[in-house]
Amino acid sequence: MRKPKALGLVSGGLDSTLALLIVRDILGCEVRAIHFYTGFCITESQRRRGIAGKDGKVKPNEALAAGARLGIEVEMIDISDQGYLDVIANPKYGYGANANPCIDCRIDMFVRARKILEEWGGDFVFTGEVLGQRPKSQRRTTLWVIERDSGLQGRLLRPLSAKLLPPTKVELEGLIDREKLFAISGRSRKEQMALAEKFGLTEYPQPAGGCCYLTDEAFARKFFDILDHRPERRIERDEIPLLATGRHFRISPAVKLIVSRTEGENFQLRRYTDGRYLVQARDVPGPLALVEGEPTWEEMVLISRIVGRYGKGRDRSELVVVWEKDGGKDELVVDPRIEDSSIDAYRI
Amino acid sequence: MRPHVDRVVDTSGTYCPVPIIETAKAAREEGPGKTLLVIATDPGIEADLPVWCQGTRNELLGIEREGGRYLCYVRLVAKP
Repeated sequence: MRKPKALGLVSGGLDSTLALLIVRDILGCEVRAIHFYTGFCITESQRRRGIAGKDGKVKPNEALAAGARLGIEVEMIDISDQGYLDVIANPKYGYGANANPCIDCRIDMFVRARKILEEWGGDFVFTGEVLGQRPKSQRRTTLWVIERDSGLQGRLLRPLSAKLLPPTKVELEGLIDREKLFAISGRSRKEQMALAEKFGLTEYPQPAGGCCYLTDEAFARKFFDILDHRPERRIERDEIPLLATGRHFRISPAVKLIVSRTEGENFQLRRYTDGRYLVQARDVPGPLALVEGEPTWEEMVLISRIVGRYGKGRDRSELVVVWEKDGGKDELVVDPRIEDSSIDAYRI
Repeated sequence: MRPHVDRVVDTSGTYCPVPIIETAKAAREEGPGKTLLVIATDPGIEADLPVWCQGTRNELLGIEREGGRYLCYVRLVAKP
């Protein structure tokens, strides 16, 4: 009997790591592992801003680390393109509690996985999904919708919950043994931890309660603010890292302000000055800020005061604030002593 | 002494995981026996490249810091 070819979607978490071990070591399939990078990963964004773990070291990407533990290459595939962003700005199945269109996101990923599977000549796609583990995307009906809409009917194996789901084509054809699969469901991770022990897996990331920024309430407010202040429902690629950076203020329908909170964010904001104003206090240390849109004179004064408020010159009666864009430079003298309650009204 | 380099993969200005994506692409194109010099500016490369090499069984010869850049030497190894 030929060796089935299986394409695995690996996040690096415990469930997808176990799924990979089951498919490779128990079912004996030829495995190709891929990881989709969406641009919304919280851990990745923290790494980018130099936020280290408890040991002071920047952690490696979790999917790559899982590949290292299992001795398999995990191919990183960047899907943070306009097609993906259009899907999350216009989800057919709507959003979860925040800006998370989990069903549409999964369908988009699985469509891409199907194309890779077909080009590779593989038999099936597998994931670490567990029935009933997540409220929106891992219910029985939802799993079925995702499978149908991605065109992977009968070719999508969830090894951890497979015995609770209809058999896939490879099971029906006898290419893999259904009896070797599992019947795990729900949010408890006890069975997965026991299985990890059997595999001798001692190191794996703890469940973080969702690594995706789209499930974060504060991020969602900023995400929807962009969509609400634009004629068409569209979000641009370079806006995504900025959504996870700094304090955001809606000054007017056409003007937005982003003020950095840390040195790392200063570095981050400097990379996105194209088409935006870079604003900072002149003679005292303080944050960097980006301004999108064309502010009126009154708005420039307000923005300069807000930027001054977050710097070391906040108690001065006068502060010089520098505005730069496309090689041009302006300076404004303002009183930064502004009440927090006045600022809060603009906070997104 | 710096190793002989067969190909330079300059990923300056990009964020992880893009440097790894570029490295993997070059590795597929070059094949075993060749040495890559991966240049990166994202500090995440120091954490990601060692685990990528472990997973792909390629050999990380070393990572040097030069100003704000990371110079990473990877020898591509034949897969078993």
